[in-house]
Amino acid sequence: MQETHIKSLANVLPNLPESIQSQILSVDEFRGETTLSVRKEGIREFISFLKNDPNFRFDVLMDLFAMDYMKYAVPQPERYAVVYYLVSLLQTRRIRIKVFLSDEEPSIDSIYDIYKAANWFEREAWDLYGVNFIGHPNLIRLLCHSDFVGHPLRKDYPSDRYQRLKTAVPSEGM
Amino acid sequence: MLNTITPPDNSKYLRLNLGPSHPATHGTLRIFVDLEGEIIRDMKLEIGYLHRCFEKMAETHTWNQVIPFTDRLNYVSAMMNNVGYVMAVEKLLDVKPTPRCQRIRLILCELSRIIDHLVCIGANAVDIGALTCFWYFFRERENVYDLFEALCGARLTTSATRVGGMYQDLPEGWVEWCQKVVDNIPRTLDDVEALLTQNRIWIDRTRGVGVISKEQALEYGFTGPCLRATGIPYDVRKAMPYYDYDKFSWNVITENGGDTYARYLVRMGEMRESLKIIQQALVDIPGGSVNIDDWSIVLPPKEEVYNSIEGLMAHFKLFMHGIRPPIGEVYACTEAANGELGFFISSDNQGRPYRVRVRPPCFAIYQAFPEMSIGQTVSDAVASLGSLNIVAGELDR
Repeated sequence: MQETHIKSLANVLPNLPESIQSQILSVDEFRGETTLSVRKEGIREFISFLKNDPNFRFDVLMDLFAMDYMKYAVPQPERYAVVYYLVSLLQTRRIRIKVFLSDEEPSIDSIYDIYKAANWFEREAWDLYGVNFIGHPNLIRLLCHSDFVGHPLRKDYPSDRYQRLKTAVPSEGM
Repeated sequence: MLNTITPPDNSKYLRLNLGPSHPATHGTLRIFVDLEGEIIRDMKLEIGYLHRCFEKMAETHTWNQVIPFTDRLNYVSAMMNNVGYVMAVEKLLDVKPTPRCQRIRLILCELSRIIDHLVCIGANAVDIGALTCFWYFFRERENVYDLFEALCGARLTTSATRVGGMYQDLPEGWVEWCQKVVDNIPRTLDDVEALLTQNRIWIDRTRGVGVISKEQALEYGFTGPCLRATGIPYDVRKAMPYYDYDKFSWNVITENGGDTYARYLVRMGEMRESLKIIQQALVDIPGGSVNIDDWSIVLPPKEEVYNSIEGLMAHFKLFMHGIRPPIGEVYACTEAANGELGFFISSDNQGRPYRVRVRPPCFAIYQAFPEMSIGQTVSDAVASLGSLNIVAGELDR
């Protein structure tokens, strides 16, 4: 990490232990919001630390969604990203965590057992972006029909494509 | 349809399908329950029946064209979605709406919160069998909708905000009219409170029904009245005040218990707090324009378009290229009627959003519904579903 990164990190998350800090790739500030870019391999450790550590106590997973940077004006490290938005209600602290995922293998460890809220959010991200959450107990489509082919929010999915439904039967297992 | 999903191994349970079109779901929600007698032993939810890919559509429309789509998220309080979205775009542009605009948005938001809670409690009471409250509440709701109609011409899908301002300023006499409407609401609240709060049947049907603990509510990402009913005083209006919420005197209502009755009490209390805010806000609405003075964001006045070359150019530039926010990503949240409504917006300096992500409050809440209902009866599940205020437009986007 660069010097400026470390400084702004100290403002939002002071006294991070070295093992956790080493998972952070970069820190971004924009309009008063902090975005941390975190290593894909360390995401579970990183998030469960922020949730359980008594100094931080990020008790709510406010949001989890995916991004596709295929056509973004500024080059990004990888095509896909999963964004976690954690909130600490007591300290009214908010943080955005971003993990970049490659085009060839958009997959990441699931955090469904760390925050219960993640279950549907991850299913939605799988449905709309095709991000594979490893270890998720029930990774099936949530919003689109089970017959739907492809992942509609990917940038290479045309917004005017129509698909005909084959069945009106709900999916197995839900 | 009943057999399309594999029944549980021990088929002593009866699989019952509720919805997607069911009078008690108030929207297209599909619920499968496994019953032992009348007790729910397992529950599975299927959502997505109202999915219309709001987020994809937003990527193909200009920044202001997204506003009508936001009406259809939580269509019971469309005004709050309008405000939430433009607030995110304004944060991205780094502009602040004028004091008058901020005040008008605040009043409209609080009116919307009141009508949203009126619908929620009214419909919840109907599901349980108390039809009267519904009529009392809907009379007030119609009065508020009259106000909205006078302001923007629409009652339900308002599209009243614009990036950098409002569709138009308050019409003449609106403030006095609003005052009258607001003065009438407490009487209705008193009437319904007299009918419900101490009512033996209402208490029996709601207390201890659909209980969620503090810890579980946080785990599931609860916000809004459902979180405050568990005793956690979290409100975005207090935690991160916007539009001068911190300048008025009002309280965050909390209840303990986390059950349907607590959620009812929180909503009732919140309506009174909203009335307090509106009463204070109506007194000294700042003067001046409702739109900011930047023609690269808001349309110039028509006189300028017809009579000056600058106005004409600004008009056409805005229509041909649209607003061009800088490259960046922001998340802005407001306290909507159901909880924290967040808009994450990514821009790459084009006339269209690169990505719009909505964080709908009831998405997180609905996920906990099976946990709240297993072990209770179907009629209890109906009671607690109504009190969660799940709006399918927002849930499925």
